[in-house]
Amino acid sequence: MSWTWFHRLASPPCAYALASRLTPWFAWPAGVLIAGGLYGGLVLAPPDYQQGDDFRIIYVHAPSAWMSLMVYTTMAVSAAVGLIWRMKVAHAVAASCAAIGASFTVAALVTGSLWGRKMWGTYWEWDPRLTSELILLFLYLGYMGLRAAIDEVQRADRASALLAVVGIVNVPIIHYSVTWWNSLHQAPSVMKLGRPEIPAAMLVPLLMMLAGFTLLFAALLLVRMRAEILNRERTANWIREALIG
Amino acid sequence: MSRRSIKAEQLHLWRGVNHVLCGIDLCVSPGEMLVVTGANGSGKTSLLRTLCGLVHPEEGRILWGEQNVRQDLPQFHSELVYLGHEPPLKGDLSARENLRYWVGMRRTFTTSELDAALIRVGAGGWSEQPARTLSAGQKRRVAIAGVVLFAAPLWLLDEPATNLDVDGQRLVSNLIEEHVTAGGLVIAALHHELNLKSVATQRLELSSR
Amino acid sequence: MKSSALSAARLVLVRDLKLAFRKRGQLVQPLAFFAIVTTLFPLAISPELARLREIAAGVLWVAALLASLLALEFLFRDDAHDGTLEQYALSGQSLTWLVFAKTAAHWLLTGVPLAVMAPLAGLALGVPYAALTGIMAPIALGTLALSLIGAIGAALTLGIRRSGVLLTLLTLPLAMPVLIFGAQATDLAVRGASYAAPLYLLAAMVVLGVTLAPLATAAAVRISLE
Repeated sequence: MSWTWFHRLASPPCAYALASRLTPWFAWPAGVLIAGGLYGGLVLAPPDYQQGDDFRIIYVHAPSAWMSLMVYTTMAVSAAVGLIWRMKVAHAVAASCAAIGASFTVAALVTGSLWGRKMWGTYWEWDPRLTSELILLFLYLGYMGLRAAIDEVQRADRASALLAVVGIVNVPIIHYSVTWWNSLHQAPSVMKLGRPEIPAAMLVPLLMMLAGFTLLFAALLLVRMRAEILNRERTANWIREALIG
Repeated sequence: MSRRSIKAEQLHLWRGVNHVLCGIDLCVSPGEMLVVTGANGSGKTSLLRTLCGLVHPEEGRILWGEQNVRQDLPQFHSELVYLGHEPPLKGDLSARENLRYWVGMRRTFTTSELDAALIRVGAGGWSEQPARTLSAGQKRRVAIAGVVLFAAPLWLLDEPATNLDVDGQRLVSNLIEEHVTAGGLVIAALHHELNLKSVATQRLELSSR
Repeated sequence: MKSSALSAARLVLVRDLKLAFRKRGQLVQPLAFFAIVTTLFPLAISPELARLREIAAGVLWVAALLASLLALEFLFRDDAHDGTLEQYALSGQSLTWLVFAKTAAHWLLTGVPLAVMAPLAGLALGVPYAALTGIMAPIALGTLALSLIGAIGAALTLGIRRSGVLLTLLTLPLAMPVLIFGAQATDLAVRGASYAAPLYLLAAMVVLGVTLAPLATAAAVRISLE
């Protein structure tokens, strides 16, 4: 099997060009799916028999939480690739993921907190799922803090990559925390093996939001990656042609 | 002594956006010495640390014997000694204790070997004091005693004669000469010239970008 | 004759212990910090022993965690400064073993004294005599796990100015399970219940830490030396 496509991807000029071309292919579908999902979830779906209209926050909360984990995994995988194969572009991807993932985590915590106020009567509970999601936020902040504290790019890349890889153990802990410990938080009803347990009218918009958020992440990642590559390669020769052309 | 040469092929190293090493090639065989010169910031220390295997170059490779050092880095390390800018001594330990712990990590040696090395560098009288009470020149002498004690074929020295008086500089020259004549390899970054009469010396001048 | 990895590691351990005892004043710092922090709580909350007993486990554990983190900053700092750490990486010996030796020395100098001191602080917080082993054993294990985990962060933040807060931020996510189960064990002991379950979990974490953390720490040291 020819690995030349992989090595070509690893070169900053090619990655930059590819990112520029792919961005609209992710951005537009993301917009459509999110708009559709919000319409389906906020307007079309019937009110929950227990919570009334309050449950609708799930259409932002659940995808945000899911993305916070997915972005971290992407970050850790690209960090590992950067560490093992010493690929600059992989490190650029990991660096670009961090702020996006942190934002999703904050969104999940905030929407969850608002929802919790309605459902459990409290803005915060120190139960396993919330606590481990908060720990995930600290991981992101630690990653970004470490990057910011090290001046030299190569060392910052490798140090934060190691941190991201070591922190990956937190991801399964978060996901399974609600099943391992007794928790206030609802057990997984969609992201589990076997058939999802919620009705189609509620499920479809949720899946649309999930897909939309994923594509949004991809689009944001590509945009940030381009900026990241430009910054890293600012003294290289290919930059001039790429920006003019 | 080892029969192996050290070879570097097309080393490229970036530090941030600075292209510190631009396609460095070198080859040093047993019984030879390489003197690396260049202005401050030209990459002498980076080159030495890359040759050690501490720093991974973006491009290029380093061969010890005919083998890429990356394939067995511990083996390569066990055949070299690196002396950086600062003598690696702990202030609260005496010169003697410092050498015992530092060199002892690599190899076992007898007290008489240790004594001989200390006397050779002129440290006989003050080898029991805590290292923080020693002058910079004295610390450097202890570090050099350590280099000799390692009994490694390849010496990588970064400014070995800093802080040394005329006697000390002569000591360093003599030790390097002896080592090279016995079939060892020395790569040294130097600011000032050392008087090395009978040694096959190559020169590598690094220019800063 | 070439030294073995084990004898090299032993040399590192002995050297660190010897150095620590030559600067005996510094050894006391984490313990003094621990004592101060545990004193702050009765001053801030309430001098009633009954109330203090409720929060004793948490107070002891947080104080032990903070004291350990304080000492972790210096785990590699001096060695990185004078070039000794570089020599470890170039010694031809397994850096994992050498790093493990340093971590073990750190625990012996910080964690063990904390584990010995904690029961005394516990008594001051109204903990019954029967619970004292329930304080000492979990804290001994917990500080070992902390030293192992914290070494990774200490190695990553080498050379960064004023890295104390960053080190805490990096160590906390992985150290939280240790805190949760350790405090749970101590709390159960204070209440007079069996604390075997969380203690075993803590021991399991230590085992996991001993096998995996030195590898990550050695990798982090190499990255910091580049």
